[in-house]
Amino acid sequence: MKENIIIIGGGAAGMEAATQLQKLGLTPVIIEKSNALGGHIAQWDKLFPAFHNAKDVVSKMFDNVKDIKTYLNTEVTDIQRNADGFHAVLSNGEAIDGKAVVLATGFDLFKAERKQEYGYGIYNNVITSLELEKFFRTRKDERINNPKKIGFVHCVGARDVKVGNTYCSKVCCTTALKQACEMKEVFPEAEVYTFYMDLRMFGPGYEDLYLKTQKDYDVKCIRGRVCEVSEDMDGRLVIKAEDTLFGKPLRMTLDLLVLMCSMEKNKSIDKIQRQLGIENNSDGFMQNRDMYLGMNDSKQEGVFVAGTCTAPKSLPDTIGEARSVAVEVFNYVNNK
Amino acid sequence: MDFGFCLSPSSHVKMDSVDLTTFNRLKETNPDVNTCIACGSCTATCTAGNFTEMSFRRILLMLQRGKEEEAKKMIQRCMLCGKCTLVCPRVSTFVRFC
Repeated sequence: MKENIIIIGGGAAGMEAATQLQKLGLTPVIIEKSNALGGHIAQWDKLFPAFHNAKDVVSKMFDNVKDIKTYLNTEVTDIQRNADGFHAVLSNGEAIDGKAVVLATGFDLFKAERKQEYGYGIYNNVITSLELEKFFRTRKDERINNPKKIGFVHCVGARDVKVGNTYCSKVCCTTALKQACEMKEVFPEAEVYTFYMDLRMFGPGYEDLYLKTQKDYDVKCIRGRVCEVSEDMDGRLVIKAEDTLFGKPLRMTLDLLVLMCSMEKNKSIDKIQRQLGIENNSDGFMQNRDMYLGMNDSKQEGVFVAGTCTAPKSLPDTIGEARSVAVEVFNYVNNK
Repeated sequence: MDFGFCLSPSSHVKMDSVDLTTFNRLKETNPDVNTCIACGSCTATCTAGNFTEMSFRRILLMLQRGKEEEAKKMIQRCMLCGKCTLVCPRVSTFVRFC
């Protein structure tokens, strides 16, 4: 008999986990709160490090899940454990039973207005990394008006006790360099600067991207955190940072400032998470069972986790976890 | 007798003989000084730094590299405005040392 597996979240992790579970002979059911599958990655234009079209990856994922039962615009409003597994009540009034639950609920983007000193929502020319990605897709954004000087700020809402996020958000460094190169392609005359503290190029091909950024795109990386943004009489942005390698405070006038926002735990799942007895880790993400051998397992029997609900992750990390969670669930269901 | 030449002193930081007494004393009352990630926010926002060489980040380094006299000279520039404490991502309470 085929067993239902309840997958909460239809982003990269949820879709890939469902695909693999179906291949393993189980019956995944995806519950997605928004009106489409794809999650954050569907809002992205190109992927680091090699500028692949996000669309190509996502459309393959869509194709893989086309036969999988999916609820859109639907949230789990209540979930209870019973003798056979779990009983979930959905916001559309239906209820489903499953042998196991996979939490693939992903992340929320850090709300840039919380770092008030960067002026997002106050100054017109301060935008977020997500908004820039949307510009790359649509080539429409009133705020991006042939900028001559562009700055990128790393670690917005990450590595910052003041906003309560001490962790590194992992992907923003590489994303910043990728977006900086793309900006040079769109506006070849523009000067592009990134303000970083450490450039964490952790994956294969990422250092090559860094080299390309310097060699082919002439993007200038300045080691220092932007601490203040203001506006001058002409409505241009004036930023302050220390050039820590040169050892002097620095001021610069820019036409556009892009904030590399961190990932935060998606809090809309908190109630269900509590009902399932899953705690948060010290970074506010979901706690998995073990950092090494139980990454996609939780301390609660039959509840599994995958993707960015446990920590900031890149797309390859997330896909890897989604595949791993499928194996975990398969073993769990078969040994029960 | 002047032979017209002299030996130049080494420009190295002599880590083997660095005196960390002051830094360690500071660390006891303010463990934050160990958590600096050298982002430079304090220096960038510093009111005194607009006109002088004042840089809190560098003062912490000077104390850890045996340049206590330089640190003492620099710290006199502090105007106690506290902006460095506001912007520090590690919640260092710098202004208290000045």
